[in-house]
Amino acid sequence: MEYFLTEQQKTIKALARRIAEERILPVRAELDEKEEFPWAIMKDLADADMFRVFIPEEYDGLGGGCLELCLVVEELSRVCSGVAISYAATALGCSSLLEYGNEEQKQKYLPDVASGKRLAAFALTESTAGSDASAIKTTASREKEGYVLNGTKQFITNGGEADIYTIIALTNPERGSRGASAFLVDKDTPGFSFGKKEKKMGIRASTTRELIFRNCLVPEENLIGKEGMGFIITMRVLDRSRPGIGAQAVGLAQGALEAAVDYARQRIQFGHPIYSLQAVQHMLAEMATQVEAARLLVYAAARTIDSGAKDFTEEAAMAKVFASDTAMRVTTDAVQIFGGVGYMRDYPVEKMMRDAKITQIYEGSNQVLRSTIALELRKRRARRE
Amino acid sequence: MGIQIDLDKCVGCGDCIPSCPLGLLEIVDEKVHLNDGCTLCGACQEACTYEAIVIEAVAEPVPVSDSHQGIWVFAEQRDGKLRNVVYELLSKGRKLADTLKTELCAVCFGHNIDDISQLIAYGADKVYLVDNPALASFQEDLYTGKLVELIQEYKPEIVIAGATSLGRSFIPRVAAILRTGLTADCTGLEIDLERRLLLQTRPTFGGNILATIICQTKRPQMSTVRPRVFKKNMPDETRKGQIIKVDFNKEGITSRTKLISFIEDLTERVKLEDADIIVSGGRGLGKAENFQLLEELAAVMGAALGSSRPPVDDGWIPYSHQVGQTGKTVCPKLYIACGISGAVQHLAGMQTSDIIVAINDDPNAPIFEVATYGIIGDLFKVVPMLIAKLKG
Amino acid sequence: MNIVVCLKQVPGTTEVRIDSQTNTLIREGIKNIVNPFDTYALEEGVRIKERYGGKVTTVSMGPPQAEEVLREAISVGADEAILLSDSAFAGADTLATAYTLARAISKLEQYDIIICGRQTIDGDTGQVGPELAEMLGIPFVAYVSKIEGIDNGYMRVQRMVEEGHEVIETPLPAVITVVKEINMPRLPSLRGLAKAKNAVIPVWAAQELGVDRNTVGLLGSATRVIKIFFPQRVHHGEILQGELDSQADSLVNKLRQARVI
Repeated sequence: MEYFLTEQQKTIKALARRIAEERILPVRAELDEKEEFPWAIMKDLADADMFRVFIPEEYDGLGGGCLELCLVVEELSRVCSGVAISYAATALGCSSLLEYGNEEQKQKYLPDVASGKRLAAFALTESTAGSDASAIKTTASREKEGYVLNGTKQFITNGGEADIYTIIALTNPERGSRGASAFLVDKDTPGFSFGKKEKKMGIRASTTRELIFRNCLVPEENLIGKEGMGFIITMRVLDRSRPGIGAQAVGLAQGALEAAVDYARQRIQFGHPIYSLQAVQHMLAEMATQVEAARLLVYAAARTIDSGAKDFTEEAAMAKVFASDTAMRVTTDAVQIFGGVGYMRDYPVEKMMRDAKITQIYEGSNQVLRSTIALELRKRRARRE
Repeated sequence: MGIQIDLDKCVGCGDCIPSCPLGLLEIVDEKVHLNDGCTLCGACQEACTYEAIVIEAVAEPVPVSDSHQGIWVFAEQRDGKLRNVVYELLSKGRKLADTLKTELCAVCFGHNIDDISQLIAYGADKVYLVDNPALASFQEDLYTGKLVELIQEYKPEIVIAGATSLGRSFIPRVAAILRTGLTADCTGLEIDLERRLLLQTRPTFGGNILATIICQTKRPQMSTVRPRVFKKNMPDETRKGQIIKVDFNKEGITSRTKLISFIEDLTERVKLEDADIIVSGGRGLGKAENFQLLEELAAVMGAALGSSRPPVDDGWIPYSHQVGQTGKTVCPKLYIACGISGAVQHLAGMQTSDIIVAINDDPNAPIFEVATYGIIGDLFKVVPMLIAKLKG
Repeated sequence: MNIVVCLKQVPGTTEVRIDSQTNTLIREGIKNIVNPFDTYALEEGVRIKERYGGKVTTVSMGPPQAEEVLREAISVGADEAILLSDSAFAGADTLATAYTLARAISKLEQYDIIICGRQTIDGDTGQVGPELAEMLGIPFVAYVSKIEGIDNGYMRVQRMVEEGHEVIETPLPAVITVVKEINMPRLPSLRGLAKAKNAVIPVWAAQELGVDRNTVGLLGSATRVIKIFFPQRVHHGEILQGELDSQADSLVNKLRQARVI
């Protein structure tokens, strides 16, 4: 299929694929087994300028947009989506800064992200606040020297590995969802510590941790935007990052599809490759079609964002929902096609199936996003009247 | 330039196409077309029965001065002991010298070298011995300078040396100074008596192709030969020959590089090159620890431990155990290849072994094509069986 | 530090097989690549530049398409590239190749370290490095597996020999050839790829080098190939049959009979 990528986009995609195949592929099983954060690969990505892809040129970046980021995430995820999300989470972690930060903040933090020197993370979720983001309890009380943070964030990707954290906390608990603000917090800030590393079903190379704030003083210049903008920033930043999760899901599904096709071609049963069985062919055809549709929806959403559109909530949600559901379905079918050996850890597809589940859950569960889409749909139709 | 295709003679049969090692020929509009990159090797000229391809004739060679006579073998030594390859080259050199009816000389640099007379026993008529403490260990510049000096004085027509790390290091420098031709890693040396030329055959393209090379207009004709390629004769202690001591004037040649220290690789218990039996492992072993199984087999057989390239690349075993194109060439009585597929680059290092046993669970592995005995099976089952049977 | 790295574009022959029926090379899917050993040489050159400052210039002698390897080199850190290309250079043996490279490098005037890979995968001779050193009249160290340090016009290296490693000190300028054990070559970066795409790579022909056509290429070669043929592999061997256990028995017996064990 022709994706109408520019020369630069093709170069980025090709280099990401090379990194995935030469550096990630040989170690992905081990990273999954040992649940190790892929530092060496983060360095390879940094050396290849991959972190510059989502940073503007004035901060040492290459000025790419959402589509460029999606191309990298997709290629990395095709080989290991745990590694891919470690990379993508950094983009999410500085997205608030990119969209709403002031010049001093950008100059201070972005060049280090561009060079890959420092990774980033975004922290919203708490034990009481998953889909119900407004139920967060972490507070940021205004003091003379800045803001003092108290509370615990849960399930934060890159928690403990990243140096730069975007934290959403309540500056004004009485105002509910209009009382939250976004802060930049450095890793070694006193009062900021980490909980245990979570043991997950999948994306085990990615590190997921609790962030614990006990009277953590954050300087006032680290407030992003204005007090009270916390949720607006969150909504926008998550909208912007959803195609990236879609890309993670597409890459994952693609990897599973390729593995299933290769296996079906060489597995002989009843004297023939199982690819000759119509049941298998139809499964693969369905898988391939779904992956292609998911990819196109993700690319279209990314291009919509890059075109400067003011509103892309619906497109971003659709891309993420469709792609993640596709990834779950395709990876499950891939295991089915592999049969017994697909269940064994020596083969790559069971990991892919375990990795897929989270894409339906995080960054907005697919149930919440369906409600979002329905709401946007109604709003659009209502505007016509 | 160089190569001409006569399109009138060309009938478009395409016989030349598979002959080109670089795949540069193709049929375009029913005639053959040559793409860029031709190295003028001449394979297509040979393949064409219509004489449509002509490599521009090199200008008639200037007759070489008859004053170049004799075959020289560089007798490499380490720590005062002559290397085995020297005896192999002398054995081959003796045959070449007899064909050319000329003398065979050994040239040796070092200090207090054992058994110089062995050089004569293995076929040398003369030995040029340069014995000096300064030459005890390999000093690039000193060896290069002295060999050039001797060649310029005594004018041999052929000089052969072992393709050891020393040989491959300084012999090319000698050739460059003399502006003469050098052919590396020869697997075959013959004489074209009519033209009084050394025909040097060597593998290229990773061993996929053999090329025969001549050095027509320059002297001496120089070759390096890998250890274990030629077999050494039985020494004849009754042979007579001359040992000529040559002075070494240290003022004349200085060494620019300095040897600071030597770090020995101590993991080789039995030296690979000298072993009669080698047990070798490849990628099929799966992981570094599994070499222990082969070590057990090697211990029972009194064998040395070898490896193909992938385990060395992955750090499972040090490079000194590597057999193959970029490793060691071995020619033991028995070579047992376990979990080795038999890529051309590995075969280049061991295919002249007397008996080759291959154990691999892939029936299509190329190693079976050169194996004397092949067992298609899981090496983790077969090797313990062999160990048990050899012990019991 | 002015670092020069010599590169060669070669056919990707490592996976090549012989079609045993027609006795020809199976060439499908073989494309041109940079000689793998040269990537290690280039990586080491870039590392020296990163450590000590300076510039990396890559040189390659070949047909026009050899420019690809020079662009690849720029994408992984080379600063400049020069292609030596002329029909007069074709058919060169190692002597003529070394001479041509030497003339080009002399034209650069400034060079401290010249790095080559230990051998090419098509020629496999490993001769161009040492011959080049001799033509430039500078010292040479082969099979370098580690550069320990560069100080005051001297370089200290480890080189591989059969029994282990030697530590050698050489004055600069010098030529070294390197083995794969020395480093792991990096992947290109996006900025490197952009730089490579836009780079202007000069092409020097015999005229620019000021060489007589009789001293280069086929005419300047001391050796030439008179015959090419494919090795005959005659298969004398036997695949043992039966249960693995009895195969093992059979093997041990045969080896005992042959007096090998």
